[in-house]
Amino acid sequence: MVLSSPDLLLQVKGVHKRFGANVVLAGADLDVPRGSVVTVMGRSGTGKSVFLKCLAQVILADEGQIFFDGRALADNDAKSRLEFRRRCSFLFQSNALFDSLTALENVALPLEQTTDLRDAEIRERSLEAMRQLELESHQDRYPSQLSGGMQKRLALARAIVTRPELVLFDEPTAGLDPLRRNAVFTMIAKYQRQFGFTAVIVTHDVQEALAASDRVALLDKGRMNFQGSPTEFRASEDLVVTSFRDNITALNASLAAIRQGEIIPSEDS
Amino acid sequence: MRGRACKDMVRALGSHTLAIVHGLGDFTLFTLRSFQSALGSRRLFRRVLRAGFEQGVRCLPVILIVGIFTGLVLGLQGYYVLNRFGSESLLGALVSLSLVRELGPVLAALMLVGQAGSALSAELGIQRNTEQVAALETMGVSSLGYLVTPRLLAALVVFPMQTALFVTIGLLGGSLSGSLLLGLESGVYWSSVERAVQMQDVTECFLKALTFGLLTISLCAYHGFNAHRCRNATGARAVSASTTRAVVQSSIVVLAADYVITSFLV
Repeated sequence: MVLSSPDLLLQVKGVHKRFGANVVLAGADLDVPRGSVVTVMGRSGTGKSVFLKCLAQVILADEGQIFFDGRALADNDAKSRLEFRRRCSFLFQSNALFDSLTALENVALPLEQTTDLRDAEIRERSLEAMRQLELESHQDRYPSQLSGGMQKRLALARAIVTRPELVLFDEPTAGLDPLRRNAVFTMIAKYQRQFGFTAVIVTHDVQEALAASDRVALLDKGRMNFQGSPTEFRASEDLVVTSFRDNITALNASLAAIRQGEIIPSEDS
Repeated sequence: MRGRACKDMVRALGSHTLAIVHGLGDFTLFTLRSFQSALGSRRLFRRVLRAGFEQGVRCLPVILIVGIFTGLVLGLQGYYVLNRFGSESLLGALVSLSLVRELGPVLAALMLVGQAGSALSAELGIQRNTEQVAALETMGVSSLGYLVTPRLLAALVVFPMQTALFVTIGLLGGSLSGSLLLGLESGVYWSSVERAVQMQDVTECFLKALTFGLLTISLCAYHGFNAHRCRNATGARAVSASTTRAVVQSSIVVLAADYVITSFLV
């Protein structure tokens, strides 16, 4: 099946996913224009990561269609799915780096396994990707010898070394402090412009996402309740969006108060 | 009441039988797919060499140590038994046939399961838990082709080589026992070895080594690769449980397969 939307690199229509009786996605839609940064936001446990894994075909959706570059993935055979995977990269929340390989070997792995390039060329391209992410001096180190931020950059270097058209980011700032969160989003925006890939980010860091994205979407109860620009998101009067925004504002106020020593956080907060 | 208990028992038996049949089918498909993945795998030879190094070189000390002691004990026990019948000159035949036909392939396989098999199962389990397997799939790389196929192909070379080494070292151990410690002529020992071992014995030895290598490494890989499907545990416990299951089942399979092959070839 071919879709007639040349401006969209990725289009998701009515994706459903359930695990046993637990319905995680109940008809989620998403439009991703070429060359844009699209962020999917939502509270914890709303199925953002499952949604992204459905896009990456790590998890297969029960229903719905995903169109990549105008073609429906679900209708394609294994060969076409393989081709999609080679044009797309996925950044895992945990980075999923190979701990028994050095940083350089990690970056070189997708080129070694998916291309017929010569060893010297693979090494050169891998080093180039590492240089662009300021990791060249750490090429012989193992992932466990790198800091959290460096591991994130290494995962990004591995993701971009194949020059993908689409990069999917699963909670790229999970577990990072506010300064590093900001740095990661800045890094994504910078490299997205530098390399020209299309990015889909899943996160619950609203402020950073709004600053770094061209479009945002809000996932709630298995559906996308909002899709639009950050400006439209801020101005939206949709009940779900306003409730989400109010929660974020309240959370930020609480955090500010905690930092100033006005509130002592309880065990369950 | 009794009828219900009977029904429950039959149901449980049926469900266990189905689970075993399903497991066997799943394992067979896993092994076949692993071999099939070799077809589209890039730079396979390099990874087979690396896997061969891990399975072979790292297992070398344990093979040498167990091999020499097995030979020493066989020589010692054999000498005292044969001495009762005045047949010490047959010590070489006893040690060599025991090693070549049975102990060599079985003990070498058990050592390799303990060293390389358990390491493989744990490594794959951790790779599954830390999403490294999923990462390969998202790159468009066959996780079976990258992680399992090289290990299986390497096992087909390493197991026969390690078995041959085990047997050779064992024969030397037997010779040490017989000649140096118990005073048997070295020439008598080695000529007895030469007369006793036929080509068919050597073929049987290598056939067993190949079969054990294929079965044990694929079993260990299967359990590690599917650590996330462990029913009673998750995370590190699932890795631990799947590694234990891999080693126990591989050890049983070695002994069972040994019986089956021997009964067909004898």
